[in-house]
Amino acid sequence: MASVTMTVNGKSVSADVDPRTLLVQFLREHLRLTGTHVGCDTSQCGACVVHVDGKAVKACTTLAVQAEGCDILTIEGLANGSELHPMQAAFREHHGLQCGYCTPGMIMTAVDMVNRLGHDIDEATIRHELEGNICRCTGYHNIVLAVEAGAKAMGGAGMREAAE
Amino acid sequence: MYAFDYHRPTSLRQAAAMLQKTEDAMIVAGGHTLLPTMKQRLAQPSALIDLGGLSELRGIEKKGRAVVIGAMATHADVAASDVVREAIPALAELAVTIGDPAVRHRGTIGGSVANNDPAADYPAACLGLGATIITNRRKIVAEEFFQGMFDTALDEGEIITKVSFPIPAKAAYAKFRNPASRYALVGVFVMKRGSEIRVAVIGAGSSGVYRWSEAEAALAKRFSPKSLDGMSASADDMNSDIHADSEYRAHLVGVMARRAVQAAVAR
Ligand SMILES: Cc1cc2nc3c(=O)[nH]c(=O)nc-3n(C[C@H](O)[C@H](O)[C@H](O)COP(=O)(O)OP(=O)(O)OC[C@H]3O[C@@H](n4cnc5c(N)ncnc54)[C@H](O)[C@@H]3O)c2cc1C
Ligand code: FES
Ligand code: FES
Repeated sequence: MASVTMTVNGKSVSADVDPRTLLVQFLREHLRLTGTHVGCDTSQCGACVVHVDGKAVKACTTLAVQAEGCDILTIEGLANGSELHPMQAAFREHHGLQCGYCTPGMIMTAVDMVNRLGHDIDEATIRHELEGNICRCTGYHNIVLAVEAGAKAMGGAGMREAAE
Repeated sequence: MYAFDYHRPTSLRQAAAMLQKTEDAMIVAGGHTLLPTMKQRLAQPSALIDLGGLSELRGIEKKGRAVVIGAMATHADVAASDVVREAIPALAELAVTIGDPAVRHRGTIGGSVANNDPAADYPAACLGLGATIITNRRKIVAEEFFQGMFDTALDEGEIITKVSFPIPAKAAYAKFRNPASRYALVGVFVMKRGSEIRVAVIGAGSSGVYRWSEAEAALAKRFSPKSLDGMSASADDMNSDIHADSEYRAHLVGVMARRAVQAAVAR
């Protein structure tokens, strides 16, 4: 067993885990945060994307122990109470999902994209940045629309906060 | 995965000592090659020595006429580094072609170089720029470091600490990506530094990265894509698989080399 301590969605958690435990298993099975999905388990599909120290990472290809001391943000940590995060709201508004399996990973990837590239991202950039996220249902069209709108809304939200 | 012990050293010296005294221990850097391999039970390390805590291995700096990149610098670090973008833009551009954003946030240059995957991108940059691989024991030039598919000059327990890339006058990388895996079906790195010309090819050769000497000779006369007109590599020692047969790869080598030279000239 190995001990690990990290912050997940703002709360500090410590546990003794088998070193083989993947970060995604730790989140789902130990912390019962089942919003993060496993689609492929081979680092292809992006259903497991969470933020580790503010960067999008595939949690199926990261050991829980490798996240020692890190700050983890999962889909559960995105909303502000009952108010959806602007990117979540944009996915709902633009119907950026069908079965929803890929959605948590898509949204975490989209938020990371905006954090790195800003609020004004064009379609080509969005499609390129979504390369590591696979959706079997939607054909991507509405996902791309949602990301574009969510990016703009995140800018708006930031501006509102700053103005207040 | 088979069971293993996990250690997280806080210094390079400690990491080296752990590797030395633990039989069948392996280094884990980003884990984006090693963990998938372990999941398939194709690797069975007794212990993983995680270099993730060694911030000393993460720096990127310009040193004299070279850019020196720490082994634990991620692909995203290299892609975003002002130092790299200014001195060797081709290297930053290469880093952006690796995998996807999440892969680039974890995968490291040290892991990629140590792994020497015949379809990985960094080996082409190392050989193409004439890089030196620096370990905790010695310095190894790229020609001697890469020894065929998945094979390097690294000894057991040896740790890559940095890679030093001499700054070129002109360089560029052209990659034909496998659209599913995003690895290089064929990638060609070209470089000009004074009278020195290098053309390094990855993805194609059956013994991994190599220099295409005929193209280098042609470019030495005139560094222009025209110098490569009509040239294609020989299909004899090329990989052949479901993604591309050897003849197609040989053809792509010529096409990618011309594109790379074109991009290098345009800088
Ligand atoms: C979906 C996906 C797509 C990818 N696409 C590409 C691509 O397009 N192009 C590309 O080039 N690569 C690609 N990769 C591979 C990726 O770049 C890997 O991250 C990289 O090859 C290995 O780096 P790592 O830090 O993850 O190493 P690890 O997986 O941690 O280690 C790999 C090997 O190197 C050894 N090692 C690690 N660090 C050191 C060191 N400092 N000294 C000595 N030995 C060391 C380890 O023991 C292990 O044997 C992809 C990977 C994935 C999962
Ligand atoms: S489950 Fe991690 S990438 Fe598919
Ligand atoms: S909505 Fe079903 S996989 Fe994307």
